[in-house]
Amino acid sequence: MNWIQIGKLNDIPRQGSRVVNTATGEIALFRSVDDQVFALNNRCPHKGGPLSEGIVHGKRVTCPLHSWQIDLETGTAVAPDAGCAHRHEVRVAHGVLFLNVEAGVCKA
Amino acid sequence: MAKNIMRLVVIGNGMAGIRTLEELLKMSHEEFDITVFGAEQQPNYNRILLSPVLSGEMSFQDTVLNDWSWYKENNITLHTGKLVTKIDRQRCVVETDDGLSVSYDRLLIATGSNPIVLPVPGASLPGVIAYRSIDDVEKMLALAQDKNKTGKRAVVMGGGLLGLEAANGLSLQGMEVSVVHLCEWLMERQLDKAGGDLLKKALEKRGLKFYLARQTESILGEDKVTGLRFKDGEEIAADLVVMAVGIRPNIVLAKSAGIHCERGIVVNDTMQTYDPKIYSVGECVQHRGQTYGLVAPLFEQAKVAANHLAEYGRMRYEGSSVSTKLKVTGIDLFSAGDFNPGPEDEELLLQDAARGVYKKLVLRDNKIRGAVMYGDTVDGPWYFQMLRDGTDVSEMREHILFGQSHLGDAGRGGAASVANMADTAEICGCNGVCKGAIVKAIVDKKLFTLEEVRAHTKASSSCGSCTGLVESILANTLGGDYSTKTSKKSICACTDATHEEIREAIIQRSLKTLPELMQALNWKTSDGCAKCRPALNYYLLSALPGKYDDDSRSRFINERVHANIQKDGTYSVIPRIWGGVTSPSELRSIADIADKYQVPTVKITGGQRIDLLGVTKENLPKMWGDLVAAGFVSGHAYGKSLRTVKTCVGSEWCRFGTQDSTGLGIKVEKMTWGSWTPHKFKIAVSGCPRNCAEATIKDFGVVCVDSGYEIHVGGNGGIKVRVTDFLCKVSTEEEVMEYCGAFMQVYREEAHYLDRTAPWIERVGLAYVKQRVVEDAAGRAELYARFLESQRYSQDDPWKERAEGKDAHEYAALATIE
Repeated sequence: MNWIQIGKLNDIPRQGSRVVNTATGEIALFRSVDDQVFALNNRCPHKGGPLSEGIVHGKRVTCPLHSWQIDLETGTAVAPDAGCAHRHEVRVAHGVLFLNVEAGVCKA
Repeated sequence: MAKNIMRLVVIGNGMAGIRTLEELLKMSHEEFDITVFGAEQQPNYNRILLSPVLSGEMSFQDTVLNDWSWYKENNITLHTGKLVTKIDRQRCVVETDDGLSVSYDRLLIATGSNPIVLPVPGASLPGVIAYRSIDDVEKMLALAQDKNKTGKRAVVMGGGLLGLEAANGLSLQGMEVSVVHLCEWLMERQLDKAGGDLLKKALEKRGLKFYLARQTESILGEDKVTGLRFKDGEEIAADLVVMAVGIRPNIVLAKSAGIHCERGIVVNDTMQTYDPKIYSVGECVQHRGQTYGLVAPLFEQAKVAANHLAEYGRMRYEGSSVSTKLKVTGIDLFSAGDFNPGPEDEELLLQDAARGVYKKLVLRDNKIRGAVMYGDTVDGPWYFQMLRDGTDVSEMREHILFGQSHLGDAGRGGAASVANMADTAEICGCNGVCKGAIVKAIVDKKLFTLEEVRAHTKASSSCGSCTGLVESILANTLGGDYSTKTSKKSICACTDATHEEIREAIIQRSLKTLPELMQALNWKTSDGCAKCRPALNYYLLSALPGKYDDDSRSRFINERVHANIQKDGTYSVIPRIWGGVTSPSELRSIADIADKYQVPTVKITGGQRIDLLGVTKENLPKMWGDLVAAGFVSGHAYGKSLRTVKTCVGSEWCRFGTQDSTGLGIKVEKMTWGSWTPHKFKIAVSGCPRNCAEATIKDFGVVCVDSGYEIHVGGNGGIKVRVTDFLCKVSTEEEVMEYCGAFMQVYREEAHYLDRTAPWIERVGLAYVKQRVVEDAAGRAELYARFLESQRYSQDDPWKERAEGKDAHEYAALATIE
């Protein structure tokens, strides 16, 4: 486990996203309309589009390049598309965000 | 059993009944206890693919829609080969021929239809077969493929859709086929005589024989069929007789249970019968006096029935108007609506015997009521769309029969016939999808509708200009039974509301925010999706100028950060250059700024501006600050908004110029910049009819002439080039400004989000636009005033605001960790 404090919940707009730069690439943090926070690699499994720039709706984000939808909870593309933007663990404690920057996982 | 589990019994294991279950399982989270009874032995299969099975192009297994495991996975009790003999409505129980009885809370009757068997002597002889089920097809195949048999003569009774497909299939299996038909021409319900005659000729070339306007007196034979005798005494020999004269709703069971039936089981708009616990869908149903035998209406009914079985109580089925395509490989035929003109109707005809092309449109009050096409059917879906939309076609009567493609069709070489396209032909240029990929998806994934094809292949999901082609491919692949759905289209899967209903609700119910709007219209998702949110945001913005807080979370990235995202995640920056006129000092500032931020590519755009490509997001606000300091504002090259006003040099320099086109262009741009529109909006002003500013492919184009200004609207370049329509001629610059503002305002207030002016005008008709903007002077003044009012709130430069710190979080990373 490698939990790192990265900022506050309110740094991310509701239905929005912010990016954390890491040595292995960008991680996008998403905040859903009901204040849940998710973290994925900031690369769409389709053509590498920056997911952080997509529209966040429900527990999904729609990639800005070709409109693939990615499930924020699992990191997988919504059928009929297939693929995975790896998911990272993120925690909110008293409005502060902690990210586990170990390699992202890919599971439903 | 727990009380809250609803017991649902379905009578009929066919396409309509099972589709209803699929819809129900998809939409409801409640548990159901479901039992299905099917009279046939097979699981649910695709009945419209019987013809390809008969002709040998497919196997039965290819047609299975839900195999045994599907029923198991969904906990559905399936009884095949069982006949339900009784519905006891008092006790809510159904009983079968072998003594089984099952109770229900809700019952769904989907018993479909039976083939009509003509009451002629000999109709029950062995060798006389109906054409309805896979069993019938297998019997026909057994006869056709029997090596020991000497006789291979088949007679098909019925020259309708089904009969001709059967005849074609049998002929491909090597039989000698004759078709007997009561009417004077083939497919009289879908074709007029001229079309029917062309079809007959084509089928005769393939070896079919026809006996038209003939009545059968009896079917001959002792212990099996040997031939057929007509009323006029002539006899023909036959080893197989296929009855395909039509279908009749199967209502025996419903009738015996005392449920109100006429020609079919009578249902209301929720697919409920006169017994409130009993619903019915499919070919057995009579809705608003209509019965349906095509697949698309059944699927719509299924959706509605499922919604009410799930107790959502939201949807209504309002009937379908259908179009038909015959799919006998290599024969293109399309018909829709009412194509036999009445006394008030007009007829437009195009006939080219050498090319084998025949097209007929029936118009009333300049609206399409019906269409028949033979030989070249690629524009069928276009006509059908206008029929459904009630488009006023008066402005295109001269060329409407030549189809849409004369307007240009970049990227697919103007191919006219989908049937003859190679599998590698690109259909959807936006998403690079070829015909083969679409056909494969339709077959492998068992797709039926345009929406499904869009979801699986992405074809037709972007600009939509290939929708007609994709629909044609669906029709070709699925066969004669494909028809497009006709009821209203909701804006996305989150809602049942249409664009018009949403705009109306905003005004009439004074809805002021996105959440309010979604709640008022019963959105099915918590906060919409990437399709509906930008649309709703735009509708609110255009309805409530100055009062609505733009929701940046519902903006597509380009509009949220006021720059165009590129494929590598960098952005392009295009400052506004009024009317395309610049100066050495402006160019110097742009050059200096490009140097300062190490812009990798500087490019002149088609809209007479300068594009600075490859800027990182962090640099955007700083760069804008420098541009603003040099006197620039945002060019909105990223928005569904006014883009550019392109001009030529005009009378100031040009020896042909008639008016000051650059000066007028700059005035128009100063008035319109910053306005949000349903899609991008481009303007041009040309100084003379040589039209160097290309004003006739813009959304709003002005062509100056000696005596004034011609105004043209609804043009665009792009995938489907469309030349503008001439709107009117005015004599002063002030009038140009007023017409421009008024036209933009009607478009802003009434077009669907993501419709450019061209498809919008094609839907509502140019006559309507003329009426609003040209004929109604008072209305025009009001539109213009509303446009100017809205502009008061939209001309704050978004770049300046962001250079000063607005939305800073959009441009900076949250954190950087090693």
